[in-house]
Amino acid sequence: MDSSEAIYDAFKDIGIDFVVSVPCVNLSKVLDMLDDDDEIIHIPVTREEEGIGICAGAYLGGKKPAILMQNSGLGNSINALKSLSELYEFPLLMIMSHRGTEGESICGQVPMGEATPRLLEAMDFNFFKPTNPAGAYEDIMESWDMSVEEGKPVSVLLEIKYW
Amino acid sequence: MARREAIEEIMKSIEDELVVCNIGFPSRELYDIMDRDENFYMIGSMGLASSIGFGLAIARPDKKVVVIDGDGSLLMNMGSLVTIFATNPSNLTWIVIDNGAYGSTGNQDTYAQMLDLADIAKSVGFKNSSDFDDIDLRKMIESDNASFIVYETESGNSTAPIIDITPIEIKERFMNAINE
Repeated sequence: MDSSEAIYDAFKDIGIDFVVSVPCVNLSKVLDMLDDDDEIIHIPVTREEEGIGICAGAYLGGKKPAILMQNSGLGNSINALKSLSELYEFPLLMIMSHRGTEGESICGQVPMGEATPRLLEAMDFNFFKPTNPAGAYEDIMESWDMSVEEGKPVSVLLEIKYW
Repeated sequence: MARREAIEEIMKSIEDELVVCNIGFPSRELYDIMDRDENFYMIGSMGLASSIGFGLAIARPDKKVVVIDGDGSLLMNMGSLVTIFATNPSNLTWIVIDNGAYGSTGNQDTYAQMLDLADIAKSVGFKNSSDFDDIDLRKMIESDNASFIVYETESGNSTAPIIDITPIEIKERFMNAINE
């Protein structure tokens, strides 16, 4: 099980059947795996906030939704996460490629990368930071149940060194 | 004619469709005009009515979904035009009530006054993009393509009361009605 398979396998074992995405280079392989899977609807979106709305609608229709994105997209979707997902208690699994962490080569990723865990804490949202594929699988499995129970999004942050 | 009368007119064509309604006075007016379990009222997250309706339409191809949106909200989420065009869910009808104003915040002007929203949707690629006055809404709901409809009205709000059910009640009764 490599770093991408851990995510895909956890999705399959949870029964995630609806995924929206804004790409990151580190998510490329998972996105390809989703596109090859007829049991999972994958909708690329123009902006993460839009994806939060789409996931809410999909949940209303009986789907188990997840979003794949860079952590930069957290900044693009904070209001929707609070005043849609949390307000109505929509479960949502958020898989974030956490850029701006150790090993980052692009300086523009650093400010948001440093702020991301603190933003999630300020939003009172739980998140996990697994360091290897086995840990990521376990954390993703737990995240969905936690999200349903709490009625709030739960995030899994995957730092550069994870990949 | 202002928004309230437009919503009344739209609801005359609704049978068992699922309706997702924009935040603020549009939802309050719909709740006052014709509350039903199959209405999803937005209480937060301006701009996302079309996204919620789109996700619902993709998740439930066996149901027809009608979104009642507004011009100011559309301007906040223009990317939704592209995603919905590209995916083209035939069971989605997206109506934008264009009153040229941010109605719920005091009727400040929107830039939509300078735009033809139906032309914009057409240029993105929507096969069905029309003014409400030129179409039969039932036919658009039954169409084989996603539909984008602009309903031009004057600005102004009615005296519709605040929605007195909670967001979680709105969600739960909606899900119970459609997933039974």
